[in-house]
Parts: sequence; structure tokens; C-alpha cells
Amino acid sequence: MSATLILVILMAIMYASGVYLMLERSMTRVVLGFLLVGNATNILILVMGGRRGLAPIVGDGSSVDEFNDPLPQAFILTAIVITFGVSAFLLALIYRSWRLSQADELQDDPEDLAIAERDAAVEEELRHPDARDTEVDHLDELLAARELGDKGEQE
Amino acid sequence: MLTALIVFVVASILAPVLTGWLGTRVFYLLTLVPVVGMVESIRRASAVLDGITVRESYSWIPQIGLALGVRLDVLSWVMSLIVLGVGALVLVYCARYFPATEPALGRFAGTFIAFAGAMYGLVVADDIFLLFIFWEATTVFSYLLIGHYTDRKASRGAALQALLVTTAGGLTMLVGLVLIAVDAGTPSLTGIVRDPPGGALASTAIFLILVGALSKSALVPFHFWLPAAMAAPTPVSAYLHAAAMVKAGVFLVAALAPGFADIPGWRETLVFVGVFTMLVGGWRAIKQQDLKLLLAYGTVSQLGFLTVIVGFGTRDAALAGLSLIIAHALFKSALFLVVGVIDHRAGTRDLRKLSGFGKRSPALAVIATVAVISMVGLPPAFGFVAKEAVFTAFLDSGTAVGLVALVGVAVGSVFTVAYSARFLWGAFASKPDTPQTEVADERPGILTSPGILAGGGLALGLVAPLVGDALSGYSHGFPSAAGQEDYHLALWHGLEPALVISVATMVLGIAMFLLRDRVLRAQSLVPSWVNAANGYWKAMRFIDRTAARVTARTQRGSLSFYLGVILLVMVLAVGATLTLDQPWPTEFIWWDFSGQIAIAVIMAVAAIAAVRASKRFTAVVLVGVTGYGMAALFALQGAPDLAFTQVLVETVTLVAFVLVLRRLPQRIGVAHPSHARGWLRATLAIGVGVTMALVAVLALGSRIADPISLDLASIAYEGGHGANVVNVTLVDIRGWDTMGELSVIIVAATGVASLIFLDRRIDDQPRPARVSGRKGFLLRQRPVTEPARPRGHELGDDEEEETRLAWLLAGRTLAPENRSILLEVTVRLLFHSIIVVSLFVLFSGHNAPGGGFAGGLVAGMALVARYLAGGRYELGAAVTIDAGKLLGSGLVLAVGAALVPLFFGADALTSTWFEAELWALGHVEFVTSTVFDAGVYLIIIGLMLDVLRSLGGEVDRQQEEDDPDTPNERMPKPADEKVNP
Repeated sequence: MSATLILVILMAIMYASGVYLMLERSMTRVVLGFLLVGNATNILILVMGGRRGLAPIVGDGSSVDEFNDPLPQAFILTAIVITFGVSAFLLALIYRSWRLSQADELQDDPEDLAIAERDAAVEEELRHPDARDTEVDHLDELLAARELGDKGEQE
Repeated sequence: MLTALIVFVVASILAPVLTGWLGTRVFYLLTLVPVVGMVESIRRASAVLDGITVRESYSWIPQIGLALGVRLDVLSWVMSLIVLGVGALVLVYCARYFPATEPALGRFAGTFIAFAGAMYGLVVADDIFLLFIFWEATTVFSYLLIGHYTDRKASRGAALQALLVTTAGGLTMLVGLVLIAVDAGTPSLTGIVRDPPGGALASTAIFLILVGALSKSALVPFHFWLPAAMAAPTPVSAYLHAAAMVKAGVFLVAALAPGFADIPGWRETLVFVGVFTMLVGGWRAIKQQDLKLLLAYGTVSQLGFLTVIVGFGTRDAALAGLSLIIAHALFKSALFLVVGVIDHRAGTRDLRKLSGFGKRSPALAVIATVAVISMVGLPPAFGFVAKEAVFTAFLDSGTAVGLVALVGVAVGSVFTVAYSARFLWGAFASKPDTPQTEVADERPGILTSPGILAGGGLALGLVAPLVGDALSGYSHGFPSAAGQEDYHLALWHGLEPALVISVATMVLGIAMFLLRDRVLRAQSLVPSWVNAANGYWKAMRFIDRTAARVTARTQRGSLSFYLGVILLVMVLAVGATLTLDQPWPTEFIWWDFSGQIAIAVIMAVAAIAAVRASKRFTAVVLVGVTGYGMAALFALQGAPDLAFTQVLVETVTLVAFVLVLRRLPQRIGVAHPSHARGWLRATLAIGVGVTMALVAVLALGSRIADPISLDLASIAYEGGHGANVVNVTLVDIRGWDTMGELSVIIVAATGVASLIFLDRRIDDQPRPARVSGRKGFLLRQRPVTEPARPRGHELGDDEEEETRLAWLLAGRTLAPENRSILLEVTVRLLFHSIIVVSLFVLFSGHNAPGGGFAGGLVAGMALVARYLAGGRYELGAAVTIDAGKLLGSGLVLAVGAALVPLFFGADALTSTWFEAELWALGHVEFVTSTVFDAGVYLIIIGLMLDVLRSLGGEVDRQQEEDDPDTPNERMPKPADEKVNP
């Protein structure tokens, strides 16, 4: 089978536009990108169903060969409704973020960013053990174990 | 045996509760638990000693050959007596050792019993995977026991170290166990040893298992965790670190030795590691100042000793090894308990501070001396008998390895004598230059357990030949040495070379003790070449640092970054594969019909414009254009269901967007302009687009078979009794997919509601009052009216209330400037018709375009209209049911349609149909999958209602709350809502 190129090109354009929007920081744009990618994916599934055909409704003497493939159609129908549910959820997220912080932006996760700093802090403490902070993960316990071991081994 | 294990489990669960009632006396009660196991072992004694292996097995996971298989042979019988007997005596000791005020005593008691049970299970388990489970259980419980003093850093650190080292060994062992079980074709330990597999695979497996055994038994280079574990309470050290846990590794070596002692490398490895450990442990024990640490290093040394002899794998060595295991368990646990008493009474374990303790506590000194006699191997103690047997076994082996082992353990024994003497002297002697130690009173009865243990070591020595006969069942698993008589345990073998060696070690050891100052000085000159603790520290820091750096590199906390990485990988991996591997299709169709071009161009322009739009509403509308374009494509492609649904969904999506975006500023991306790293994003975006285009072209181009959906039509028509193939596919053929989708929708709807309403999901907003009952029914048949005066205008005394016909129930709740009479009239005229249409769409969907999804969306549109025209109170009046209940009842219908067929013996979601001739309606059919579709219908309405209630009504209310100037909605006062009489 061969694909209908005009639909493939349209799909590629919509994927590209959608991905571009999804990589933005504005949450509204991300959701719009999500919708575009959703539509593009539906075109992909539609293209997989082959060429234009009759509506897959039995009767009136139409033969099965003339139908547009019903299986991709069922998938798309499911996808359309789920996309709506998920975008409603995303919209609620946008509203909530706006109401809490007047921001329509994706914030970087400070916890993730802090990991690198914490590692540096541990290195620093090991270099200057006197200034040791008592609550760095299990570092304390490791140090205690090392001291116990050294006590026996080096005395 | 399995019964005894169950008793352990129950007791460990009950122990914390019992401790609450009984305090420290609980330990007396808990002593009964190991005694149950001992009774079991003693009951089996005659059978086991006659050479019969007693087995119990309970099928567990037969599919993969796992069984709860346990057995008692001589080795496990001896081990079970050690584990349970020492366990019982230590429990008795605990009752006197811990003060009543000891914190977390219940946890300690429970964990201790659980540990004893796991240890018992370990020695009796026959299935090696069951053995592994018990093995790891002892690791975990030992972690809890070593870390008993949770407030002490050292205690937690030692526990963690022991856990990590032994678990690392345990996991290595697991690999070996799997290999050996597969190679031997059975997971039974006795089976594997009876018929051992050979070859490289089996050797690899055995060496992996040895890693686990050596780490558990604290041999070099894993030895460092054992001295650190002395942070545990003394009873724990006496049990885990003398008799039980550290013996697990030696036990495993002993259990495997009959089958594998002759594989290349086994004997050499164990002799080398064992001798080295014995020397390192002894060397370090000599210089310890803390009595408990001295014993700990002594234990490391003795474990090396045990490994050498147990792993040597001759008949005489096996007998000697098992004897030494018994002797060591008795004297070492006795000595740990003695140290516990000293610690409590003198307040220190430092031998530099102790002086004259022996005079104050002669009984304790006697017990310690008896135990030490066994430790150094003086007659008549059992330790002497065992050590003589060891020397003889190595002497008689006549091999180079045997000679190395002999010299090694002889030197090690010199160290043993030296640190033993130092122990006795340090604990009990009066030192001239040290002040006499202040000694607290002895707790009565605390000497019972160490006394029995030390006395046991002496008594067994006196009956050595009997013990030797009992143990021969194990040693006879090894081939006898050619041309030699079997060795027999006895106190007196005549003037043999072994005796000479014993005397020599004794003399040299005493000399080392007497010259201890010089020895210590010499020791301080020797650098410590093995510092495994430091290696552990470096390894842990390396893991920590690597983890932190990898995390910091990959987890940047930015969604765009993650998405970018994922998409980049997709473009590179999928794109590269597709371009390189596939033959390209040669035929192309540019378009199916010319209308497609027009639609595609409009959609493409809208999509690109949406990217560039700087205003929110513009962007939303442009994306909406692509959505409606989709509907047009669907319609022309031959998919009326999709077109219908897409139009409806696109409309409600627009409404939802508008409802939310009205609260946001007009322009997008002010804080982060779109052109930041624009080229990078554009490149990636185009890459994704091209990749997906390749996927589409190549996927379709490589299709050669007929699509399976050619059969769908007949399946749908004959099996599902519906003409609309798409709808039958959704509600019947692939009903489970739809079931999953419904769950997603319910979650999304609930998520929307909880994000907006925050604290509760239930709709408790006031609704226009309704009158129920017969009177209410009559009232509802009359036209609804509302006051004609403007809202907010109070009625004067002389004014007559004038009313006019109300189009909507709650129209008057809107602020006057928000009302549109045109909209109200339209909605009033259309609402009920739309609902009827939605029901028609629902029920006709089986044979014509439509169905639950479309019907639900149509009904949802009617609700949208009511809300837009009359505000949130109107919405409340339109649907008096809570959205959650709609979703729930929809799910009940759908799940019911799935489950009911099960009661008729059919598969879930099977449908059937009924038909009848009704006089007025003619031929009527009912397909049961319509019930499922009705569930879909209700769930979609629930979703729409939740979206409107949350993003519409509640957002309105919050806006009015935030900004008092907003034209507001409010419920009329009771006087206002008079219904025209």
C-alpha cells in the first residue's frame, strides 16, 4: 500500500508545529502543542487505514472492500475523547498554576537542581570535617563506620 | 521443623506485645521458642545419628520447582542445636542483662526471636533458594539488632556497613545458587552435593557462592564489618557474632565441601584466605585495648581457622572442623557474655582501666578461665580435642596445601594463646600501676548462661569419643584417606606430633604475652597493609558521588529538557534505523481527491500560524481550525463517526479553553519569549516531523498482508448485531479498550474537579429550590416567573410585585449586564430537543453513525448552552445530580455489562440481543452492548459536567471572590423565588 503524500506532509507539519510548541515554557503553548501533536497522530492512524472509502456501515449493498478501514477509526475515536479529557486536565493545571503564582510557565524543579549542589556540599564537608553538617543523608553513618573500622585496623 | 519455624514467626510477632506486659521477664517466656526447636532436633537425634536424613517438604511454587523443603542431617542437626541452644541461653541472659527501663525492648525481643528463627531456617533449609531467603533474612534482622541503639551514630553506621557488605556477598551468592541449581537440575542442597555437577560452569557457581559465604563469615577482605558490629548490645554480639550469623558462611562451606572440595582452586583458595584471616585477626586482636573488640578480632581469627579446616575436605578434617565449630560456639559466646557482665559492673571494657576485677568477682573469673582454656586448646576442654584433630588432619594429609595450612594455623594458634592470655590478664588481674576498679553489685542469675556455655565446652571434652562418634555421620560423607585409619576424637592420643605442636604454640604464645610491651612496640612499626574498611568507604563514596553526578547531569528539573532528550533519541534511533534499513516504496499517491489539498493547506497554515501567534485566543482559535479541519478530513475519508465526534469535541475544547484563558493575560510568553533557543527547538521539531513522515510512508509501504479489519464487518454484524462497525468495535469487539479509556476519563474528570475545587469534590453549591411531591409536580406544570423589577431594587411599601415569564430557572441570578434574553430564549427552546437528540444518537449508534461518545457529547453541548445562558446556578438547576455520581453510575453500567455475561458462562463483555414485534413500534431489537454504550454516555456527560462546574462555575465564583467589582451571580433571596400561584 502507499500513503497519501499530502496527508503525510500535513501530518509532518502538524507534528513539527506541535513539538515546537511543546518545547516552550508557556504552559498554554505546551497544551496547544499537545493538541496539535494529538491531531497529527490521528492523521497518522488515519493514513494507516489506507485510502478514502465508504463509511463502514453494513447494509445498502456496500461491500467490505469499499470500506475505509474501521479499526483505525475505532482507535481514533478513542484518541479524540481521551485527548479532550487530558487537555481539560491540563487546562485545570494551567488555571491552578495561574491562581497560585500568577505564572503560566513551567518552572524548573528546584529539588532536581539541588542534587548537584548537595553533592558539592558533601565534598566540601569531607575536605573540612570540622565544619560538618550533621544531616547529610547517610554520610554520617558511613563516617562512623569508617571510624570504627579504622579504630581496629590502625591502632 | 516447619512447625518450629511457624512458632518462631508467631512468637516474633507477639513478642513486642508481650514485652509491654511482662517487661524483661518476657525473655524467660521467649526462651521456650528455641526450646521447641531443640526438642524437635533431640527427638530426631537417634534417626539422624544413624545416618538417616529427616526431611519435610511443603509445596510452594511448583511451577518453578520451589518448595519449602527442610531436612536434618548430622551437619544441620549439630548446627540447629548450636543455634537454638546458644539462642536459648542468650535469651535467659537478656532477661538479666537489660534494665527494665531499656528503650525499644519490645522491638529488640521480636527481632531477636525472628533472627533466631531465620538462622534455624538457614541451617535446616534444603532448597537452596529457601536457604537464600533465610540467609538474607538473617542479614536484615542483624541490621536491626546491630543498630539497636538507634540514637547512636556509630551503631547505625555499623549496622549499615554489616548490611551492605553481607548483602553484596549475598547477591553474588544468589547468582551462584541459580547457576548451580540450573546446572545440577535440582534446587535441593543435599541433591546437589550428592551428585555434584562438574565443569567450568559449576566451578564458577561455587566460587560465587563462596563469595557470599566468606562475606557472611567476615573473612578478609570482608572482615571489617565484624569489629564494627560490636556497637551492638552484648547479647547480640554473643549470639550473632560468635555462634550464629558468622557461622552461616562456615556452615555453607561445610555443607558444600563433600561435593565440591576437589574442584580446582577450592582448597587453595580457602586455605589461603582462611590462614590469612586467622593471622590478620590474631595479630590485631593482640593489640586491642577494648575487651569486646579483642574478642571480635579473635572471632575473625577463629573464623579463618574454621574456614581452613572445614573447607579442607578430607574425612579427618571434616571431623575436626565440625568439632571446632561446636567448641568455638561454646567458648566464644561464653566470653562475650562475660564481657557484658564486666561492662555492666565496672562501667568499662578498657583493659587499661580494669584492675582487680577477678578478686571482686571470682565466679566470673572462673567461668572466663574455663572458656579461655577451651579457646587456647588446653586439656581437658573440647577446644583442645578439636585443635589436636585439626593438627593431625593437616599432618596426615601429606600435601603441600596441608603443610601451608598446618604452619598457618600453628602460627595463628600462637597469636590465639597470646590474646587469650591478654584477655584474662586484662579483665581480671590486679595491675600494680592501675587503681582498683569500682565494681557494682552483680545481678543475681546473670552468670547462669555463661557458666553453662563454658562448662559445656569442658564437659564435651570429657566425653570426646562419644561426640566423635556422633559427628562421624558428617565426616563419612568424605572419602577416607588411603591406607589410614579414621581419626577418633579423644583427650589422649599419646605423644603425637600434634601434641608437640600444641605445646610449642602454648609456650610461644605465653612468651608473646609476657613480652607484650615489646610485641606492641614491634607491631606499631609494621604498617597495616590491609585496610579494607577504607576500601569500603571509598567504594561507598564513589557510588554516592557517581549517583549524585549522574542525577545532576540527567535530571535537570526542566520539562523541556526531558522532552527534548526523549524526542532527540526518538529522531536519532527511529530516524536512523528507517533511513538505513528500509527499501523505499516506489509508488506514491499525491492526493485522493482535490478537496484534500484545500483542507490540508488550511490546516497547515493554521498550525504554523498557531506557533507564531502571540495572543492566547488567536493561538487557540488557530489550533481549533486544525481540529475542524480534521473533522472535514474524517468526513471525506469515509469516517462519519469520527467527523461527528471531532466536531463536538473541538467545540467543547474551545469552550473549555475560553473558560480558562479568560483569567490569563492576553499575550503569551512574555516572561520567556518564544525565540529563546528557537533554532534548536525548530530543528528538533522538524526532525520529529520528518521522522514521523518516514514512519508513515515506510510503515504503509511495507504492508503486504490484508488488513485484519476485512473480517471486522462480518464479526460486527453477525456477532455484535450492529451495522456500524466502528461503534460495535468500541462497545463489543474491543470493549476492553473502551473500558480502559473510560477509566482514564473518570480520572481526568476527577482530576479537573479536584484541581479547581481543592478541598472537596461534591457539588454543594446552592440550587434554586424545588418543591417535591404531588404539589411539586403540579407546580412544575405551571410557567416559571420572576419579578419584573431590576435586581437589587427593593420593593417599596406601596409597590405591587409584578412578575413576568422567566425563560430560564436561574436567569435572574445573573448580573443584569451579563444576561442575554436572546440566548435565554434559544436555550429554553432547544435544550430539551438537544437532550432527546442525544438519546437518539446514543441508541441509533449501533447501526448508524453515533453512539455513547457522540450522544454524551451532544448532551454535554446542551449543558454548555445552559451554563452559557444562565450561569452556574442554571447549570445546577439543569443537572441536579452530582457529577461524581454520574461518572460512578456510568462505570457501574459499563462494568455490569462486562461482568453479567460471566454469570451465564460466557466471556466478559459478550453481547447478545433480543428482538420482538411490538404492535405500535413494529420490529424492535435490543442489543445488550447498548447498556455498555449507555455507561459511556453517562461518563461523558459526567466529564462535561465536571469541566463546566470546575472551569466554568467555580472559576466564576473564585473570580468574584478575588475581584468584588466583577458582575456577580447570586441566589435570589427567598422572597424573590416565589412561584406564581
